[in-house]
Amino acid sequence: MYKVKSTIEKESVEMRAAYVETLCALAEKDERIVVLDADLVGSSGVKPFFKQFPDRAINCGIQESNMIGVAAGLSAQGLIPFAHSFGPFATRRVCDQIFISCAYAKLNVRILGSDPGVTAAYNGGTHMPFEDMGTLMSIPGITLVEPTDTVQLRWLVKELAGKYGVFYIRMLRKNAAGVFEAGSTFELGKAAKLKEGKDVCIVASGIMVEEALKAAAQLEKEGVSAAVLNTFTWKPIDEEALSEYAKKCGCFVTAENHNVIGGLYSAVSASLAKNAPAPVEAVGVFDEFGEVGTEAFLRERFNLTADAIVKAAKKAISRK
Amino acid sequence: MKTNKELRVFAEEIRVETLKEIGHLGFGHIGGALSIVELLSVLYGGEMRIDPKNPDWDDRDRLVVSKGHSGPSVYATLALCGYFPKEMLLTLNQGGTHLPSHCDRTKTPGIDMTTGSLGQGMSTAIGLALASKIKKKDNYTYLILGDGECDEGQVWEGAAFAPHFKLDNLIAFVDLNKQQLDGACDDILYMGDMVDKWTAFGWNTVKINGHDIEAIKEAIANAKKVKGKPSMIILDTVKGKGCELAEQTFPCHHMKFKPEQIAPSIEKAEAVLEAVKKA
Repeated sequence: MYKVKSTIEKESVEMRAAYVETLCALAEKDERIVVLDADLVGSSGVKPFFKQFPDRAINCGIQESNMIGVAAGLSAQGLIPFAHSFGPFATRRVCDQIFISCAYAKLNVRILGSDPGVTAAYNGGTHMPFEDMGTLMSIPGITLVEPTDTVQLRWLVKELAGKYGVFYIRMLRKNAAGVFEAGSTFELGKAAKLKEGKDVCIVASGIMVEEALKAAAQLEKEGVSAAVLNTFTWKPIDEEALSEYAKKCGCFVTAENHNVIGGLYSAVSASLAKNAPAPVEAVGVFDEFGEVGTEAFLRERFNLTADAIVKAAKKAISRK
Repeated sequence: MKTNKELRVFAEEIRVETLKEIGHLGFGHIGGALSIVELLSVLYGGEMRIDPKNPDWDDRDRLVVSKGHSGPSVYATLALCGYFPKEMLLTLNQGGTHLPSHCDRTKTPGIDMTTGSLGQGMSTAIGLALASKIKKKDNYTYLILGDGECDEGQVWEGAAFAPHFKLDNLIAFVDLNKQQLDGACDDILYMGDMVDKWTAFGWNTVKINGHDIEAIKEAIANAKKVKGKPSMIILDTVKGKGCELAEQTFPCHHMKFKPEQIAPSIEKAEAVLEAVKKA
């Protein structure tokens, strides 16, 4: 079970540190765990793994396509690979390798894409994936996840190590807002219900979870009761929870650090259209490229804020 | 390992079955399927450590046919080895078949890797070979690339990777049959001298007649003696080898024909098989 912290603050431990700690702990007990990177070991934070398990740590050089294929080949011999690059290069650059060598071949590969959306900050538009989840969304059977904080990330890495299939983990590298109490556990494919409400349901992922909780608190002050769901699994989306909250709240706001086309808004809307039609407003990136700037600047630039969620919530309610 | 004569017979059996298989369908990637028949004969005639009764045996050698469109001759070989009944060959490319146009590890017993998007088998073969190193196993991974396939950038990513990781358990082949879909490889995209290229990338490289059973055996035996680097055996081959109709057609990468057009080629291949048996 999971528990939401009463106060949301920046975590003291970086996401990448939690990631590698979890991997090392898993690898101590399971010699099938292997880690691959494409000349970003210093960025992804997996250096401790390379030090502790040099025979199972592979720096492929700047060869993302080859890396994904090598990961697929390793898994065909029963190993459990975790391969990393920055989000755009771990997805759109290697879409066909993930599609054919991993998914179509029914192999067992975990791909980590770091620096989602505006968190790519100074690396700018070339490195700023607003489309990573969307790029992979239509690959049959793939699982797409975006952990919120280190607690959810640690649980997720352990959980995925024991599963079979192709998994994409969209991970913030640096310090996340701590949303969950230590030791929280989740269910893959099931939304975490962070707050109950009856007027509108905010469906949020990644850095937008903190904004969603802030927005819900603001709405509460204005007499609007907002539920908050954390759909850390984008695919498969939790259709049951969405139907349940369609009945409870009657309208939705999706909040994502991603293009609304092919992203969370698309996944939520498609599910609701099929099961429980309800108005859905989107907070996210509206079909634009990324650009350079601080994360704070870019959050404002692309309207990825609690204020935008509040406005969208009111609009969604007005459409009921 | 079969004797050289037995391997020659096996090769012609593979050729005849491949022709019947594609002939029954009436179209297919006939050229590249036939140019690797002698190699398949050597690999499955004893070179590879395999057990057709136990296709998932962990200690087996692996073959990645990265030029996945050559599936039909690989299927013929697997059927002749007993992985599945020979009658199944006539289901090639039919709806619901276990034998799709391009190799698929999830559908066909004995197929070790899914291929078809060119260049990708390079990397998956490397992954298989690297896994054997990590698991401290002594098995080999074999890889067949097409010469046209070498246009793909991913091939050259792998070409740099495998020597760096000292994958001496990876033995690769380029089927230098000199044609790709649109015509002659040298006209479509000239790749220069393959031996120079692979040698420059750090591979133990040799070029041989790809239809010479003894030369293939010797090249593989030599490759196994080389430590610390992968081996590349460039097979100088004829696209459509042993099929009169294909050899007389340019390009013969993919052909469509009527039963009466392919029948004489099948008869001639059968005659060659009988002659090799009697020799």
